[in-house]
Formats: sequence, structure tokens, C-alpha cells
Amino acid sequence: MNSLSVSHLTGIRDLTPADIEMIFKTADSFKDVINRPIKKVPSLRDITIANLFFENSTRTRLSFELAAKRLSADVVNFTASNSSVKKGETLIDTVNNILSMKVDMVVLRHASPGAASFLTKHIPAKVINAGDGTHEHPTQALLDAYSIREKLGTVQGKKVAIIGDILHSRVALSNIYCLQKLGAEVMVCGPSTLIPPYIHSLNVKVSNNLHEALQWCDVANMLRIQLERQDIQYFPSLRDYAAQFGLTQELLDGLDKEIVIMHPGPINRGVEITSEVADGNQSIILNQVENGVAIRMAVIYLLASQIER
Amino acid sequence: MDKQVILDAQQFDLTLTRLCHELIEQHSDFSNTVLIGLQPRGIHVVTRLREILSTILGTMPVCGNLDITFYRDDFRRREKPLIPSVTNIDFSIENKHVILIDDVLFTGRTIRSGLDALLTFGRPTKVQLLVLIDRRFNRDLPIQADYIGKSVDTLLDEKVKVSWLEIDGEDKVELYMKDSNE
Repeated sequence: MNSLSVSHLTGIRDLTPADIEMIFKTADSFKDVINRPIKKVPSLRDITIANLFFENSTRTRLSFELAAKRLSADVVNFTASNSSVKKGETLIDTVNNILSMKVDMVVLRHASPGAASFLTKHIPAKVINAGDGTHEHPTQALLDAYSIREKLGTVQGKKVAIIGDILHSRVALSNIYCLQKLGAEVMVCGPSTLIPPYIHSLNVKVSNNLHEALQWCDVANMLRIQLERQDIQYFPSLRDYAAQFGLTQELLDGLDKEIVIMHPGPINRGVEITSEVADGNQSIILNQVENGVAIRMAVIYLLASQIER
Repeated sequence: MDKQVILDAQQFDLTLTRLCHELIEQHSDFSNTVLIGLQPRGIHVVTRLREILSTILGTMPVCGNLDITFYRDDFRRREKPLIPSVTNIDFSIENKHVILIDDVLFTGRTIRSGLDALLTFGRPTKVQLLVLIDRRFNRDLPIQADYIGKSVDTLLDEKVKVSWLEIDGEDKVELYMKDSNE
């Protein structure tokens, strides 16, 4: 197989394990490229990519922008806060206006689940989902799994605990799909109010005890509490949450093995993870960020190779 | 398709040995010279040259592999996406003499991409090109080799195939021609 089985990246759910392997293999080459003195290849000189961010983001937008630029694609950035969306324009109108300026690919972040997949049905450009509400965030899951593969050699057979606000996390859902497709075991851990009721249908283990999850896993992926998505109170206070689900060095030192610590960012230091752990030698948080650029280059490159001229 | 053997195993070996001596003539002890093979088939030439050079010189010349996938000019003009091979240049090429190496020089487009890819690693003093086979009348670009194993005159629709003992079971170079009665 020499081509992705999908023509857009809207979610990990649509990918086959072979697709994921191809993305990883391509990312290996790009990781090499971005560590050269000249971190740029001319492959996508004739491609224009629009980053459409209807929700706030620093790292993901920057990462996509760098990935596109390192492939020599042209990039235009759009953020909803200073756009016509505020004046009442619909999503399709906004996107079609941008596409009439000859854009080949759209990277979309939107608060509504399914927004990316909706766009694929209405516009001729390639679409990459950069986070659609509480649904999926496929490139984050890919870079997380890629970072695990880089650190531990393989994802197959590893035990990964996703800890924190599972209910509001698109990272959690995409990670579950991705890790399972690659043969890992997944556990989610958090206060029962933040574990979605349908989680059992995904064939993952569930725990409400942080120590138990850490004992079980090889990798702990700590998620941020998404206060901006929480319309009601799910736990008594942040201090109480930190006491029960905050990852500390003492907890790590109490384990009989060394586990890998991940975090998709942004970190709330002192809430889900202490500074000591986040900056400690078991943490691969900054490797995740570096790998993010390589993974996004791979996704853009493989999708762009399907564009016909 | 008819085929004709251009180099048999013995000629193959002689040719590589001669190329090594030509290299030594110009680069003496290889203290400031590196060999870089183009993926995927040029690396076999490098492996073999390295063996012969180390026997003659008593030291191993510095060698690397360069993948040019992302620098090609036919991206999206092909049916399938181009899947890259490994680049392995763990040394600086800054102020070095670089010998770029491939098995067959045909249109010159691969070498053009190779030069682009190479220069992202730094600024070498000098770059030379070594090829095992030069299909001399089929160039699309103004690119010539400095060291040539054998020059052959071929038509555009003919094919040159280089086989290697370590991967194909035999050292030889063959030319596949269109049948004369076609």
C-alpha cells in the first residue's frame, strides 16, 4: 500500500493501522529534516493551506503553520476572534470565500463536533481536523502514539492511562482509537463525573483511583481540566481535584517501575501535574511538541500527494 | 524485451576498482572527502566502493546516505505518493569535498534533486558526481558525471538494470531493449 485510505483527516476512527504506520514512517523522515541546518524541503511549493481556527489555540496552530512552511507550502491564518464570523457569516460561506482564493487544503479547528467532517461534504479542498469540540483531535493522538513509539520502541502491548477530564477531551477519544488500533491497552482515570457514560462501549478500563492507574500503566497521559467547556461543577474545587488526581513526584517515586509522563498541553501546573513532574526526566512533554511538527508534516504531505493538478 | 549484458560480474568488479583508483588519484587519503550515496540504489555503489577503498588505503572513508524524495520535481505527477528512504549523514559536509554517488545517470533529475537535498546540510567546498552507468544521450538537464563506470548509448524507452550480489544474488548490469520486430 502506498497511499492513505482516506482523502481527509477528520478523525482517527477512519484510519487503518496501516495508515497510521505510513504516517509514522513518513514522520520519521520529516523528523530528520527538521533537525538539519536547513529545516525545509521544497515538496509542496504549489500548495496553499488555510489554517482556520474558530477556537483558541497556540501550540496546534503554530505547529500546523510550521509544518506547512517546512514543506514550502504557503499558509494563510484565520482566527475567528477578528473575522466576519462575528458579523454573522456561516462556516460554509467563510470557508468558500477563502477557497475562492485558490486554497488547496484547510486545517480546521471548531467548537462543534463533526465540523471537519461536515466541511468535507461541502468543499472541494482537503480537510484536516485540528480539533472539533469534544469529538476528535487526530493529529494530537498521532503525535502522542508516535512519541510513545519513539520512547518505548513500540505501542503494541503497552499500557496507557489517560488521566483527567475525559468527558470534555477530544484528545482522550482520539488517543483511545489510535492506541487501540496500534495494539495498546487503554485505561481512563478521573473523577466519575468526568468519565463519560458511554466509555465502556470503547473497550477501555476505567478507574477512579490515580494510584491504581499509575501502578497499572507504562505511560500516563495527563489531561487538563477543560474549565471552558464545563457548564456545571463536576468536582468540589481545583484544590480538591489536585489532591486526588494531581500527579506528584512522590506518587511516581512510590511506584515499583519508571513510567513515561505525557501531557498534550497547555499544562495547568499544580493542578493535574506538578512542575517537578512536568519538568522531570520521566516527562516527554517537549518531545511531544517536537514530534507534533513532524507528524503534521507527514499528514499534510500524504494528503497533498492525492491532489491532482 | 531483449536484454544485453553491459557488465558481467568480473567487469563489474574491475570497473568499481578502477573508479576507486580514480578517486584516490584526486582525493589521496580522503581526509577531507566524504562519499554520499543517493537512496535507494546509490547506497550499494557506496558500500562497495568503501570496501575496496578501505582495502587499498587501510582506512575507511566517511560515507553517508541521502534520500531525495522530498526534493523531487515530479511530486504529484506520479500515481502514488513517494515514500521516503532513510537519510544518514551524521557528519558535517561544511568545507568538505563531497562525492555524490548513484548507480545510473539518466535524465539528471535525480542528481538535481540530490544537489538540492545535499546543500541543506551545509556548504561543501566541492561536489563531484560518480555513477556506475552513464546513459549519456538521455539528459533532460545540463548535468555530467566526473567519474563514470561505463557510458552506454540508450534509447529513452530502454531500461538499464543494475543487480547487486548482496540483494539480487549477482553483480551485473543489463540493458533491456525493445524487440527489434516490435
